Amino acid sequence: MAEMAEPAKLTLYSYWRSSCSQRVRIALNIKGLEYEYKAVNLLTGDHLDPEFEKLNPMKYVPALVDGDTVIGDSFAIILYLEDKYPQHPLLPQDPKKKALNLQAASIVGSSIQPLQNLAVLQFIENKFNADEKLTWAQYHINKGFAALENLLKEHAGRYATGDVVQLADVFLAPQIYAGLARFQIDMSPYPTLARLNDAYNELPAFQAALPQRQPDAPSPS
Amino acid sequence: MASDSKAVARPANLTLYSYCWSSCAHRVRIALNLKGLEYEYKAVNLYKGEQFDPEFEKINPVKFVPALVDGDVVVADSFAIILYLEDKYPQHPLLPQNLKKKAVNLQVASIVGSSIQPLQRFFEQQFFEKRISLDEKLTCMQHHVNKGFAAIEKLIKEIAGKYATGDEVQLADVFLAPQIYAGVARYQIDMSLYPTLARLNEAYAELPAFQAAHPHRQPDATSTS
Repeated sequence: MAEMAEPAKLTLYSYWRSSCSQRVRIALNIKGLEYEYKAVNLLTGDHLDPEFEKLNPMKYVPALVDGDTVIGDSFAIILYLEDKYPQHPLLPQDPKKKALNLQAASIVGSSIQPLQNLAVLQFIENKFNADEKLTWAQYHINKGFAALENLLKEHAGRYATGDVVQLADVFLAPQIYAGLARFQIDMSPYPTLARLNDAYNELPAFQAALPQRQPDAPSPS
Repeated sequence: MASDSKAVARPANLTLYSYCWSSCAHRVRIALNLKGLEYEYKAVNLYKGEQFDPEFEKINPVKFVPALVDGDVVVADSFAIILYLEDKYPQHPLLPQNLKKKAVNLQVASIVGSSIQPLQRFFEQQFFEKRISLDEKLTCMQHHVNKGFAAIEKLIKEIAGKYATGDEVQLADVFLAPQIYAGVARYQIDMSLYPTLARLNEAYAELPAFQAAHPHRQPDATSTS
């Protein structure tokens, strides 16, 4: 579709370092959608505010408000954006390629990120210690990255599933970023993922979505 | 997709790699039944490590269950499989046209698939073996299930009809039914806290497509206790 659908007013509730929020920021940027950024500080408990809970009863970021539509969860938000703002489609028509994108997104969204998010890591640290936190996160990220490398290595082009940025890339980029920036993942067993990461770093839509570029990112010390 | 949604698309030969107790596989079994799709059931016993069999790995290098084979297409991951089925076999659509309702269905599916099920399995990992007591494990698992159920109850309370998001069975129901089943059967969740979910659970129990997908009704249920 060549037409650009324009929203009346989009608001994104986001935390700078939330990889789930980063996925949505990338998707919005790729689709050329402007939005108001509302910071939700997970460390100080903004997400526990009853007003925020009304937007997302799971009390997670991200949440998107589009007029009178409110959606929580990055998967639901991005598929909503796909329908409503079809410019730069993130899902291919081809059923095999579409399934590949959904599978990659789901591996990140169900098998990696939930097992190394803030709450889980805090639990491990409180229960055991900080070293175990890193071991735990690395185990799950490596397991997921091995699966993704296996899944994508025959299919990747310039990007994860071909030569156009698609849903898989939107989910992969924040996870690889977190793996490198926070969990010291060695990318050498994952040459496809490493190459994709380099490609993402060249793209303005991805650069603008990076944690350190968000309004609520702490200023560099 | 140009296909008429009233036409019933029939596959040449569908194979589902499934484990009777896998709640992810349970979702796919429901979706296949709703769409009237016959399939060959191939059991993969996750506790015996059959997902690491070289034969299975050849078909599905990611080694996850469930996996669906449809001709030369292999899809693993329940979300990806079900959305693939939605496109290819549009009979009994699982996603509404209305964007808000569609988003709620996706959000419920995602809460179950990303925020409840992986966390409830979290404590089954070797990492925790002997390091936290069974009671504490149960408490932690219940915490995640309750958190998700409380959120879903809020999300659908105003829009639920006979089923989660109206009077038709949709994606939210496909994800909810196995999760509620597991919550009650394995984690002793008190469903009186979630009247909408409790009512839905009773509605699912009446539906043949859901009944036939039940873990106890699968071919590999007899060989596991």
